[in-house]
Amino acid sequence: MADRLLSVRNLGVAFENRVVLRQLSFDLYSGDCLAIIGPNGAGKTVLLKALQHLIPYEGEIQWSQEARLGYVPQSVAADRQLPLRTRELLAAKARFLDLADQEMGDVSSELNLSPEFLNAGIGTLSGGQFQKVLIAFALLGRPNVLLFDEPTASLDELTEERIYELVHQLQSQRGITLILVSHDLSVVYRYASRVLCLSKGEVCMGPPKEIMTPEMLEQLYGAPPKYYRHIQEH
Amino acid sequence: MNEARAARSRKEEGSSSVDAGHSYAVLLAAFFAIAAGLVGSVALMKRMVLASDVISHLALPGLGIAFLLKSNPLVGGGATLFLGTLLVWQLQRKTGLATDASIGVVFAACLGIGALVTPREDLLEALFGNFQKLSLAGFLLGTAAVILVVAFLVGMKDRVILDLFSPELAAATGVNVARLDLGFLLVFSLTVLVGLRFMGALLSSALIIIPAATARQLTGRMAQFVVVASAVSLVSVAVGFLISMLIFKTSTVGPTIVIVSVLLFAISLLKKK
Repeated sequence: MADRLLSVRNLGVAFENRVVLRQLSFDLYSGDCLAIIGPNGAGKTVLLKALQHLIPYEGEIQWSQEARLGYVPQSVAADRQLPLRTRELLAAKARFLDLADQEMGDVSSELNLSPEFLNAGIGTLSGGQFQKVLIAFALLGRPNVLLFDEPTASLDELTEERIYELVHQLQSQRGITLILVSHDLSVVYRYASRVLCLSKGEVCMGPPKEIMTPEMLEQLYGAPPKYYRHIQEH
Repeated sequence: MNEARAARSRKEEGSSSVDAGHSYAVLLAAFFAIAAGLVGSVALMKRMVLASDVISHLALPGLGIAFLLKSNPLVGGGATLFLGTLLVWQLQRKTGLATDASIGVVFAACLGIGALVTPREDLLEALFGNFQKLSLAGFLLGTAAVILVVAFLVGMKDRVILDLFSPELAAATGVNVARLDLGFLLVFSLTVLVGLRFMGALLSSALIIIPAATARQLTGRMAQFVVVASAVSLVSVAVGFLISMLIFKTSTVGPTIVIVSVLLFAISLLKKK
């Protein structure tokens, strides 16, 4: 059996008087690709933040000592006017974490980041390029767990496809464990080994084939799933 | 000149020679300009110009009370400045519309209280500063403060870059963002305090923000940006000081320095991006 990387017990998050997550318990094992799905406001992003101890929570979140986390947020409200080059951003993280000199080069070549790309100001990057910077940023420090929060939310289909290919490649080549928040059910169906559904405090979890039935998804989203049947035909 | 100020002036004259005292003051003004450029460029990138402006005004009630009690204005100004900085830090940590309003209220309150408690004959100096000679101890203290400011910004450079890009990602990487923000606000206040005597409570933050805004017009690279901001700040102080002394024959150098920095900013706007 694979090593357990994360144990979550009775996790609860509330903002002022609004309960977002309640009594959530699950485990994450090495090599897993855990997809988190649910309607807007179900607490998917909140869960990712709680897992990194970025917000206050109740309950227990226990990462194993081997776990090294990388985080790709849904969006970064970075000031596009910031006089900052991709290279300077990545170098700042590498120095802060005291990483070996060649690690930045390794990540750059893994993601095919050209010198021109690295020297470009972050304000001049396209949406897909910016997402690539976020992935490169997350990969510095050699994480073995990546937390992706809708990594392609604002991207066109082609770029989205490339990003997911990259994610899949990282998973298969590096053996990275993934926690993936996504609204794209076809992606979840294709890549996830387990699915965690969040909806109004209700929780269900299991392999995609068991969880992502039309009935379950209709119950989860309150409307028939648009893409599910199409994907099943393949 | 009123009696209290004349007595203070005599006391300062007695503590060191005229030439050395003025040299110390000029040197410290130059050091302040360099620190102001560095701090200002980070403040501009953090988009905390409003909070910055408020911080310098926080010194005013303390300055006023110190003038009233005939004690060292920098001690009074420093005390309210640092207390107020902690208050602004707390306000910044809260989110929502109320933050801007709260900072605006603090700003107005400081100006009102400061103007009320400062003796009328000292009000001009408290608001706009006055260039006076400096004792060796004052010079060394001011220089130590500038070294501390520069050391903080150089030492925290990587954390600051991560925080500028995304406070959330910085926190996920392991940066204590709240502590970094507090550290920066304190460094900002320390810089204001060094410049307070000759720039005054109203103008010392102007020299932190305007040269940085000028530098931002001139370069798109972060390393160049902070260097150019410090250079512009230094030129503003030097030119403003010379114009005040040689043409206007006044020791109230702050307004001229600010006008020079504004002119440099206006010139920078001519540069095509």
